[in-house]
Amino acid sequence: MPKDFEPSSGIGASSKRREDIRFLTGSGRYTDDINLRRQTHVFFLRSDVAHGRLSGVDTSAAADMPGVLKIFTGADFAEIGGMPCGWQITDKHGQPMQEPKHPVLAHEKVRHVGEPIAAVVAETLAQARDAAEAIVVDIDELPAVVNMKEAVKDDAPKVHDDLTSNLCYDWGFVEENKEAVNKAFDDAAHVTTLELVNNRLVANPMEPRVAIGEYDRSAGDYTLYTTSQNPHVIRLLMGAFVLGIPEHKLRVVAPDVGGGFGTKIFHYQEEAFCTFAAKAVGRPVKWTSSRSEAFMSDAHGRDHVTKIELALDAKNNFTALRTDTYANMGAYLSTFAPSVPTWLHGTLMAGNYKTPLIYVNVKAVFTNTVPVDAYRGAGRPEATYQLERLIDKAAHELKVDPIKLRRQNFVTEFPYATPVAVEYDTGDYNATMDKLEEIADHAGFEARRRESEAKGKLRGFGVNCYIEACGIAPSNLVGQLGARAGLYESATVRVNATGGLVVMTGSHSHGQGHETSFAQVVADMIGIDENMVEIVHGDTARTPMGMGTYGSRSLAVGGSAMVRATEKIIAKAKKIASHLLEASEGDIELKDGAFSVAGTDKSVAWGDVTLAAYVPHNYPLEEIEPGLEETAFYDPSNFTYPAGAYACEVELDPETGHVTVERFTAADDFGNVVNPMIVTGQVHGGLAQGIGQALLENCVYDEDGQLLSASYMDYAMPRASDLPFYDVDHSCQTPCTHNPLGVKGCGEAGAIGSPPAVVNAVLDAMRSGGKDIGHIDMPVSPARVWEAMHG
Amino acid sequence: MTQVKMTVNGIPASGEVEGRTLLVHFLRDDLELTGTHVGCDTSQCGACVVHVNGNAVKACTMFAIEADGAEVDTIEGQAAPDGKLNTIQQAFQDHHGLQCGFCTPGMVMSAAALLKDNPKPSEAEVRHYLDGNICRCTGYHNIVKAIMAASGQEVSALAAE
Repeated sequence: MPKDFEPSSGIGASSKRREDIRFLTGSGRYTDDINLRRQTHVFFLRSDVAHGRLSGVDTSAAADMPGVLKIFTGADFAEIGGMPCGWQITDKHGQPMQEPKHPVLAHEKVRHVGEPIAAVVAETLAQARDAAEAIVVDIDELPAVVNMKEAVKDDAPKVHDDLTSNLCYDWGFVEENKEAVNKAFDDAAHVTTLELVNNRLVANPMEPRVAIGEYDRSAGDYTLYTTSQNPHVIRLLMGAFVLGIPEHKLRVVAPDVGGGFGTKIFHYQEEAFCTFAAKAVGRPVKWTSSRSEAFMSDAHGRDHVTKIELALDAKNNFTALRTDTYANMGAYLSTFAPSVPTWLHGTLMAGNYKTPLIYVNVKAVFTNTVPVDAYRGAGRPEATYQLERLIDKAAHELKVDPIKLRRQNFVTEFPYATPVAVEYDTGDYNATMDKLEEIADHAGFEARRRESEAKGKLRGFGVNCYIEACGIAPSNLVGQLGARAGLYESATVRVNATGGLVVMTGSHSHGQGHETSFAQVVADMIGIDENMVEIVHGDTARTPMGMGTYGSRSLAVGGSAMVRATEKIIAKAKKIASHLLEASEGDIELKDGAFSVAGTDKSVAWGDVTLAAYVPHNYPLEEIEPGLEETAFYDPSNFTYPAGAYACEVELDPETGHVTVERFTAADDFGNVVNPMIVTGQVHGGLAQGIGQALLENCVYDEDGQLLSASYMDYAMPRASDLPFYDVDHSCQTPCTHNPLGVKGCGEAGAIGSPPAVVNAVLDAMRSGGKDIGHIDMPVSPARVWEAMHG
Repeated sequence: MTQVKMTVNGIPASGEVEGRTLLVHFLRDDLELTGTHVGCDTSQCGACVVHVNGNAVKACTMFAIEADGAEVDTIEGQAAPDGKLNTIQQAFQDHHGLQCGFCTPGMVMSAAALLKDNPKPSEAEVRHYLDGNICRCTGYHNIVKAIMAASGQEVSALAAE
């Protein structure tokens, strides 16, 4: 049911963000703002060819350059473990994926432009950079493979000589359904087929990556400061699999982080290098990525090439869906790369629809390009784009209204078990579509179209639905699916003697405002002021072992851990209160920060109870321990399923091919909402990234593996003038049924749900101009539109 | 190395710099004013915008020695000495005009320069002016709204939320 009531504090309030004060005054503490005593700087010499055999790296001249302390090459890491992959896919024949070695510094071969070959540590960054220019690298260049379909041919150059081919895995899902799906296509009244490209993107958080390694020789302790979304994951991966440092000797700190969008989940070579080199050099080692380096070393996103088919019966019911996708892995497997085109993509192919039979095939391919991994949405935007473009195409082929065709096939009864292994717990897709049609003023579109046409422009209206699996993830389930990690979350709630609280969470905030919204939750549970709750995150020395922030999981999983820990606090505090009030524990009620005895006027304040816990003069010491601090680990029993309906209205200039987004409307169901202001802001940002993918952004390699879009001069980041004001609504709320807050997650929805609406709108505009081209690939640039209109 | 002297946020500052030292690195590394950020290396992103003699400048596009003798204002000098946010900063907080905060100092400094020259900009003028400032978090909606609100314009009806 839509909600229109907003409280002034606690859960549901648009509390202003407390973290804003430091960011608005230049007092934030990002990793590059940290400078350690006796710090040195590293510059990485990176490959400028995509594929080649390293026949020699001569550092002798560079070593004599001013300020140089030590130069490292791949040989220095020959005894060190390579970069680990956190997910193993089993292919359709039951065999494990092909998993190549991934060295910290290139060894024997280079496999993509930007791969680090040597690292110069010097007193200053300028000296390190100068010295790197004096390193002589001999590379025997080899033919590069960039195109995925070329890469899987028998005679293609192999990215990894020790693998049997460039095919990482060939995954069938659900393999047992394949024959039934094929039969349904044979029996179909209509089949719609679409071939499309999900363009390669670069996440581009505004803060480039930074790593500072520090080693304390007297204690044997390492510290890594890094721009990470999940410091505990980095500690585990780097400590256990790369450098062999036990966790109690390794601290990882991710302070203020300037955006992540997935690309700061992964464990990168530079982190391992700086930690390793800090000991080898005997001084702290700092690396700050330039933007140019970021383009060729941050994991990229998307890059799927897909053929998808939909079978319908004579009444336009969806009867089966079949997809065939090539997914680019790049040259190496980034931390969670294998999971993205499989379990984060195949499981979402049912979308919002009750298609009974689905078969998904994914071929993951190695190429001489930067590794590809999760980027905002990760697999789910690719699924949504295919499905929602396909349904629109089917509607036009069948000459039925695209919204009507969607509504006819919506899942309407919950829980709903899809044929692709997930169970939607709750949702109301007609409600979000109703809301969308209302706030997008669908009824007024024709009048607006006529206004555009009067100006010589074409106007188009496009819709799509989306569903995503968030709140990642039930550990036992993902373990069965190949995850090499648990995906629970943790929280410790420490109550101080005078009643203030510190909540130490394993989630990480890098723009999401957790310091504000998490405090709202805990304060609301106790009935105290939000300012009495402090949130601590981003430091393995100060927080319990947690898995970090990605997959729209922070509130659904991390928040649930926080609720469980606070419930333990409240339960213990009630025992103390019952002692102080000389009443039965079962009669104690907590409301507005005071404990009272039901049916009486006897009460004791929160602060008196917390003081008693730490000054236990009058305290049931024989029954309970002093102190008030609890930890909870929460492992979800299912994913959460945010869903919604989006509409885009574009204006297209047929003379130039230029497309502008005139209106964008989002109707989301995120379940319960803790801070509506923050949720709205999350959707805005996601929409900008989705519209950016649809109209502007494209990461382009030439056939030799040279990265053509390696700076903001070449890669079209969305600017303020490219985007409109958005209409965003999240009043349709079907609370998640299996987590204590009833929340679903909102961070990725905008990026998942917006690209198909944009492209559907562009095609609608072109049709109104007499051009029915069926499909156009993203980014829908003026050149592509003009060619389609005039070609 | 060359000696440079300038006034930063009203306070005299000096240091020894190489000819190639950029103003942004002098501010961050020598003066430890780390509020001015570096988000790119092609003068595109605007995270490093400061004011030099009253004009908005990308501090990654200017050598420190070029600012010798100049009046430089950075994000650290925008709030009142008691910590009270200025009108633009407060509007950014009120309208949720920032998320990760990395582009924010440049956005605030650009907004200040815009409103100095154009006290009541239209939405289109704000968006056009911000073409040199990239934000990856907010989708610009709330930044545009905050700047228009800071200019004293009514923004509640600008877009439904």
